[in-house]
Amino acid sequence: MQKIMVCIKRVVDYNVRVRVKPDASGVMLEGVKMSINPFDEIALEEALRIKERGSNAEVIAVSIGVADTQQQLRTALAMGADRAILVQTDVAIEPLVAAQTFLALAKKENPDLVLLGKQAIDDDANQTGQMLAAIWDRPQATYASKVEIDGGVATVTREVDAGLETIAVDLPAVVTVDLRLNEPRYVKLPDIMKAKKKPLDVTSLEALGISAGTLLKTVKTEPPASRQKGIMVKDVAELVDVLKKKGLI
Amino acid sequence: MSKVLILGEHDGKTLNPATLKCVTCASAIPDAEITIVVLGSDTAAVAAQAAAIQGVHKVVRIDRPENAHPLAAVFAPQIVALAGGYSHVFGPSTSFGKDLTPRIAALLGVPQVSDLMAVEGAYRFRRPIYAGNAIITVEADPARKLVATVRVASFEAAPQGGTASIETLSQDVSLPTHTRYVGAKSGSTDRPDLQTAAKVVSGGRALASAENFKLLFSLADKMGAAVGASRAAVDAGYAANEMQVGQTGKIISPEIYIAIGISGAIQHLTGIKDARTIVAINKDAEAPIFEVADVGLVGDLFQIVPELERAI
Repeated sequence: MQKIMVCIKRVVDYNVRVRVKPDASGVMLEGVKMSINPFDEIALEEALRIKERGSNAEVIAVSIGVADTQQQLRTALAMGADRAILVQTDVAIEPLVAAQTFLALAKKENPDLVLLGKQAIDDDANQTGQMLAAIWDRPQATYASKVEIDGGVATVTREVDAGLETIAVDLPAVVTVDLRLNEPRYVKLPDIMKAKKKPLDVTSLEALGISAGTLLKTVKTEPPASRQKGIMVKDVAELVDVLKKKGLI
Repeated sequence: MSKVLILGEHDGKTLNPATLKCVTCASAIPDAEITIVVLGSDTAAVAAQAAAIQGVHKVVRIDRPENAHPLAAVFAPQIVALAGGYSHVFGPSTSFGKDLTPRIAALLGVPQVSDLMAVEGAYRFRRPIYAGNAIITVEADPARKLVATVRVASFEAAPQGGTASIETLSQDVSLPTHTRYVGAKSGSTDRPDLQTAAKVVSGGRALASAENFKLLFSLADKMGAAVGASRAAVDAGYAANEMQVGQTGKIISPEIYIAIGISGAIQHLTGIKDARTIVAINKDAEAPIFEVADVGLVGDLFQIVPELERAI
């Protein structure tokens, strides 16, 4: 294992309650706290653990986004990534274009393993990893809860609807990670200082030969239908009474 | 006319009910002709089940020994070879569909719309983003093939009564050997399947141990319900991963959902919004779960749950 590429997305922080703009043109992002997509943070942690288990692989954190995405890449460097690449753009990137961009980076860097989150918590698309694997013509192991590397093969345990499934994939491969793979480390202050000296290259979609067309048009953004206010009952007898009347038990 | 190809999900013996919900979604497209494709080592039984769904025009079987397990890298090129004659390719928003459909879309060079929750036209759909905190209306280009996953909680199962023709397809498609199935560990029980159950009893961190989850299993068995769990309960090791309900677990739409000791984080609520009736039992009267519950009861779950079981 020589090189691991970790794809990171800058998203609205997990703890922010997102609100829709009154004119239905999108969600309110002004002044909102931004973070590394939590699943991508788990992917980065896994890359660092594979490195620390003795492979000594180089860990490269890559992202596509606005100039401020450097903040999230600096966090990745502080966690322990060796270097970072930002493909800077102000255009909203659809998963297929993200996959094409990561493919261009993978062709330059030739990683043995690409790790990323199974989905981003903003668009909840759950597509980029699978799309990258497809156009790279390499294996995919999605929803990983355990990753074991042995020579040129990764054995991955996947969280599927029926339970757990294990598959073996030849490297290089794309692995998308699920929640229970690991618990990401906290960044310590000296590491933040050290991260400032690590290389962070900025490039562009044009330099990688990617045209960022919008293939899907978002016509409007609305708040979800709200549920009607319910009732409170005082004890089990009353609860059972209500449920019986509704024909539910 | 739209020609919709649906990826049939099955375990070799039984067609997954998620497929029936995809049929209902596809039927909402004006003037749609629906085909279900099933891949496996022997799909005779599941193809017959697919052909019996109302609204299905044709079932295509692709039987190969390599298709014994649903590996996306193996299935995708076979679907792509078949997709030429179709305008739409739909898969369910299950771990099977979410793994496979983006690989198909990328090989076709088209975008994917994930989690369709409503059809407004052949190329116009509604879908949730930000854990369901916003719903977007999306338009795709009619000049391209449209690949999508269907949010199964948003659609009823299509009824029986169809008489579709079944066609066995033999393709000349070379398949990769870089991805190999090793094994599976399923938490199979005699209880109803969580994804499709009409009744669900679900527990959170307040259960405080895996041992205490037995209280819920006991109540569920009396009700004929499936058992779910919040992410906090799964992370703490009280419940198995396949029991997780929420943004990153299962999105479900039972007739009744009883949330026990679940505070109701937004990520959990997104998984239960489509439940017909939500019952919340929690000792904290301020818990956010009560904002969405149809019926709420404040109190100690360790007293309430056994009492409820006796009373039903």
